[in-house]
Amino acid sequence: MIESASLLAVLPELILTAGGLVLMLVAAWGGEASSRVVHWLSVLTLALAGIALSTSLANGPVAFDGLVRADAFSAFAKAMIYAAAAAAILLAPRYFRTDGKERPEYPVLILFSAIGMGMMVSAGDLLTLYVGLEMQSLAAYVLASFMRQDVRSSEAGLKYFVLGSLASGILLYGAALLYGFTGTTAFDGIAVAMGDGVSNGELFGMVFLLAGLAFKMSAVPFHMWTPDVYEGAPTPVTTFFGSAPKVAAMGLSVRVAIEALGPAGLDWQQIVIFVALASIILGAVAAIGQTNIKRLMAYSSINNVGFALIGLAAGTPAGVAATMSYMAIYVVMTIGAFACILQMRDGQGRPVETIASLAGLSQSRKGLAAAFAIFMFSMAGIPPLFGFWAKFLVFDAAVAADLTALAAFGIAASVIGAFYYLKVIKTIYFDEPAAAYEAKGGVIENIILTACAVVIVFGYLLNPALDAVSAAAAASLF
Amino acid sequence: MDGFPILSLMMAVPMAGAIACLFAGANGARWIALIATLVDLVLGIVLWANFDQGGLQWQFQEYHPIFGRFAWALGIDGIALMLIALTVFLMPICIGASWQAITKRVGEYMAAFLFMEVLMIGVFAAQDLYLFYVMFEAGLIPMYLIIGIWGGADRIYASYKFFLYTLLGSVLMLIAMMWMVHEAGTTEIPALMAYDFDPQVQTWLFLAFFASFAVKMPMWPVHTWLPDAHVQAPTAGSVILAGVLLKMGGYGFIRFSLPMFPEASAQLAWLVWGLSMVAVVYTSLVALVQSDMKKLIAYSSVAHMAIVTVGLFAFNQAGIEGAMMVMLGHGLVSGALFLCVGVIYDRLHTREINRYGGLSINMPKYAVLFLLFTMASVGLPGTSNFVGEFLSLMGIYQASSWVALVCTTGIILGAAYMLYLYRRIAYGEQVNADAAAMPDLSAREIALLAPIAAAVLWMGVYPESFLAPMRSDIRALEARLAPAAPAGDSQIKMGAPKPAGEGHHEEAAAHGEAH
Repeated sequence: MIESASLLAVLPELILTAGGLVLMLVAAWGGEASSRVVHWLSVLTLALAGIALSTSLANGPVAFDGLVRADAFSAFAKAMIYAAAAAAILLAPRYFRTDGKERPEYPVLILFSAIGMGMMVSAGDLLTLYVGLEMQSLAAYVLASFMRQDVRSSEAGLKYFVLGSLASGILLYGAALLYGFTGTTAFDGIAVAMGDGVSNGELFGMVFLLAGLAFKMSAVPFHMWTPDVYEGAPTPVTTFFGSAPKVAAMGLSVRVAIEALGPAGLDWQQIVIFVALASIILGAVAAIGQTNIKRLMAYSSINNVGFALIGLAAGTPAGVAATMSYMAIYVVMTIGAFACILQMRDGQGRPVETIASLAGLSQSRKGLAAAFAIFMFSMAGIPPLFGFWAKFLVFDAAVAADLTALAAFGIAASVIGAFYYLKVIKTIYFDEPAAAYEAKGGVIENIILTACAVVIVFGYLLNPALDAVSAAAAASLF
Repeated sequence: MDGFPILSLMMAVPMAGAIACLFAGANGARWIALIATLVDLVLGIVLWANFDQGGLQWQFQEYHPIFGRFAWALGIDGIALMLIALTVFLMPICIGASWQAITKRVGEYMAAFLFMEVLMIGVFAAQDLYLFYVMFEAGLIPMYLIIGIWGGADRIYASYKFFLYTLLGSVLMLIAMMWMVHEAGTTEIPALMAYDFDPQVQTWLFLAFFASFAVKMPMWPVHTWLPDAHVQAPTAGSVILAGVLLKMGGYGFIRFSLPMFPEASAQLAWLVWGLSMVAVVYTSLVALVQSDMKKLIAYSSVAHMAIVTVGLFAFNQAGIEGAMMVMLGHGLVSGALFLCVGVIYDRLHTREINRYGGLSINMPKYAVLFLLFTMASVGLPGTSNFVGEFLSLMGIYQASSWVALVCTTGIILGAAYMLYLYRRIAYGEQVNADAAAMPDLSAREIALLAPIAAAVLWMGVYPESFLAPMRSDIRALEARLAPAAPAGDSQIKMGAPKPAGEGHHEEAAAHGEAH
């Protein structure tokens, strides 16, 4: 017997499912001509799902006997995911139009991926976790190879698929071990079973589970797929990969770590600390030699995941709130940066990806150059830009949890990261102009870019709201 | 002036100017920048005129908790007032110095300078720990762009070095700040200045802050970014770097390290003294052999800043007052010296000392002003630096006579390298025909240098104008430090049956009171 409250609690997912199925039919019969309509209707569907979050929240927090949770945490994460997905849809048409490959399947796939991500962040059970994760991944594999005639894109899709399946297998093995040793797949049940001490089997299960999750959020040492997939996938898809799935994977990891593995906090804390520092350092060092801006962004995302994990390592409500705030700010910076990267088109309108081609951009496209610089300084964590506040929050949480040494190492390593962001700014502002880009960007690109830049520059005024939302989200896990 | 947010206004004016400059043409941007900085200068004079000397410690306070965890909290004491006055005084001169020297991307250049002014005022006026950090760090962005876009041949290396060096220095300070806020439960600087941290933790906190301020100051051996940054930066960039940005380090010591961690400051004073002694002797000797004018002045800055640090860590009124006076005096004098270099650089486009010579023949006005600033840099009585250096060294003499002995050699060495520089530039035969043909100062250049010359003489002849606003704040700081202050070795001899030594000391102390 399914209660209506449970159905209302998953209303955003229902809306996305219905919208996705209908739009797929539209795409199937309408062909490429329907592309524009499907794009806009997909954004509308995401907006409706976003509005439905309040209904979902009112009927939560527990739905379907604990399989799904509709609490403040999942609502906050879903709001970010839907917004990022919508941005990824809006930024796409212009890119695909250049090759005459504007397809209506793209937004539909993103909608399906969004359903999966929604399930990930509201999972209350290992089964929901796995179904959500696979749903998100399956859509993502197809998206990565979306330009199927392009060798790089196909390669990216295949690579992502093979490594992703491996990670899913590892995760599933961990889930099986946890089920075997605790006798339940429910998160709260696992926590109860672990309450009387963590057995070796549970420990192994936990490690495998975390390894699978680390793959999904591209944390070291499971990051290897990221640069290749980011580089090979079409840029709008990379925009998507860099934003929404990162939030989903991070949200899921936080929920699993706190709700299911809470009693083993001291055990996973070591793992998270190692993964965080390794991601920060590798992401920063490996990015220095990159010449392709998308690969640079891939390493940057690895680096950023490391910082976000520092909040989780603290393991406190403040730490979880910091991690979620970090992701929110990170998503804005990433989408803004990719809105800049999408405008890197040569005189014929073909996309360019080398960092060297940015040389002297500040003299031909002042606004674009300034926005680029804002996002790069922000990612480097230089105040007064909002990216500083993201780092501030996670380090503050770590210091409050007596992890001062971790905070000190992490922040010192952030200086290495600053170097490669500076390199991009140096190319844009200091170097002699290279061949000029297309004179103007797309309208939607410019609107999204401006909106992101405004948030990054004036973000501190949002602090009270961000603090309240992220604190409520964190409180719902503890 | 009650309730009028003059400090916010002083930051809003250049901010608005910076935004306007981005959209203006080259000439428009120059005028906007000049007007904005002059308005700020007037506001600065109003601020000083309305500052109640000996009144409340914190004046012109503003408090708006709009950022969640931290607040837009501003307020100044006498020390901050003096440094803000220095900032707003130097800014119009910087704009004037760039009037003709900067020809490309003028709008962005002026915007960067005005943004820099906002941040500098913000650093000195911030009363919230995190707001201070934001202002302190944000200064890296405009300075990075100023050096990188408008700098000399090796500007890119210098801009990276400047940025990463100072960033690495200050990130650890942020972690220490977080720890302090969690411990004390407040982000307000006045409250933290009165909070007693556990002496054992103080050492760590002190070292974290020290890493930041020592780099900014800069102290030996982390000074190496400064010569590169100075040499490559455009003239006005060097002026603001030497004039104000270096003072942020000294301000940090006086606002944070000393009052917040008095025990650790006393325990680690040997470290500061040691580094300062090395800096005075070593960088003075390095300055002596430079063939690049800007590099020479940059090294002399490091030596002068070492006098500031020993003055601060003398833990007594004379030392700290002297340190403040050296900071103010050096801000004016080094700024003026960089302008003097800029004047001849604009004509001959080289900083090689050998390319000049005998300039007093064809540029007599220039030679007079350059001589004045050279003498001020040496610390000749009657100029600003004499007052500061004398007080600083007198202060440190009470704490450690050895440190005083070594640091005083800095004055002799300073005279050596400055006079040697002046001789090679202004005196001697005119060996280079192009240098001999350079025209004398233009009206614009005189208008830039004359106000600084007047201020240098004023500060040297009647330092009371500048000491009076700071006196009660420094007295409060001295009282805060008194329980922890190390006993000076020269005081140890007091009371021993050697009346000559005792008499000598009291005479020095009495002399100090007179200032």
